Amino acid sequence: MKLKAPECVFSSAGFCPGCGHGLASRLVGETAEELNIVEKLVTVVDVACCSFNIDYWNFDTIMAAHGRDIPTAVGVKHVRPGCPVLAYMGDGAAYSIGMAETIHAALRNDPVTVIVINNSVFGMTGGQMAPTTLPGERTATSPKGKDPARYGTLSGVELLKGMDIAYLARAELVGVGGMAKAKRYIKKALEHQLNGDGFSLVELLSPCPTNLNLPPVKAKQFVHEEMTKYFPLGEFIDKGGDK
Amino acid sequence: MSKVKLNIARCKGCGYCVDECPKQAISFTGRISEKGYDTIQVDDEKCIACGSCYRVCPDSVFEILV
Ligand code: SF4
Ligand code: SF4
Ligand code: SF4
Repeated sequence: MKLKAPECVFSSAGFCPGCGHGLASRLVGETAEELNIVEKLVTVVDVACCSFNIDYWNFDTIMAAHGRDIPTAVGVKHVRPGCPVLAYMGDGAAYSIGMAETIHAALRNDPVTVIVINNSVFGMTGGQMAPTTLPGERTATSPKGKDPARYGTLSGVELLKGMDIAYLARAELVGVGGMAKAKRYIKKALEHQLNGDGFSLVELLSPCPTNLNLPPVKAKQFVHEEMTKYFPLGEFIDKGGDK
Repeated sequence: MSKVKLNIARCKGCGYCVDECPKQAISFTGRISEKGYDTIQVDDEKCIACGSCYRVCPDSVFEILV
């Protein structure tokens, strides 16, 4: 089967070796080409590692203030209702500094698509402990492991499960099967937006080998074996779909 | 004709393709690229053009030609 990287994604140079951002970024490009929305798609990126995409995507792209990708995307959607709008950010933006924005956009069922790259740490700033850090996970600010008696582990997807939104799913950027599901979910999320169904969010569990202090292949195993224990995979809301 | 085309300058040596190739057709060369990474090579005899390497490569090194 002939396969060629999408032309609308022309680099991944700034991401560390094995970083899931390169994978997610390519999937967004493949999906945009398949849905024939490359010209119309407006993307909003956060200021952390995901911000590199502003130089890599051939879409009209805006960089929002940290954690404010979703309200910025909603604003774009209000003035350009004919354009599909995608907010792309990490878990730090979506579930930490921007948690209020995420929840309230979902509460309003704002018609934008959100991609959250969850790598269990604050990546760009040096791998500090995040709300998504697993119990016992060692980070720059939890060198003995996250103390679960003191700090919880937050699953943004579980928080959104009860809300009246169009689409909610989580996949892992690991292996051929994980990549296929991740792509299918991104496509469905964008299709829901194109159908005018409301808010859609796809979380992608992602290796950050640099801050996990692991070789990339070990980092992807950590995602697959450890992260999925706390962040279950699947489709949780699919309005009008087959679930 | 080879089944896979490599844009090897983009390779960061993460090893995902080596790990995922079902035919063990991909191996590290031991040669350090300009960017400083050990990069990979594909054994065309073993390759079945399944596309797994394309799908798991974060740096779009692969193009599957057949
Ligand atoms: S620090 Fe982590 S998230 Fe950021 S580019 Fe490197 S691997 Fe990716
Ligand atoms: S196309 Fe399949 S068989 Fe060929 S090198 Fe890539 S993963 Fe291996
Ligand atoms: S997956 Fe891509 S970047 Fe990683 S070693 Fe293979 S060709 Fe290089």
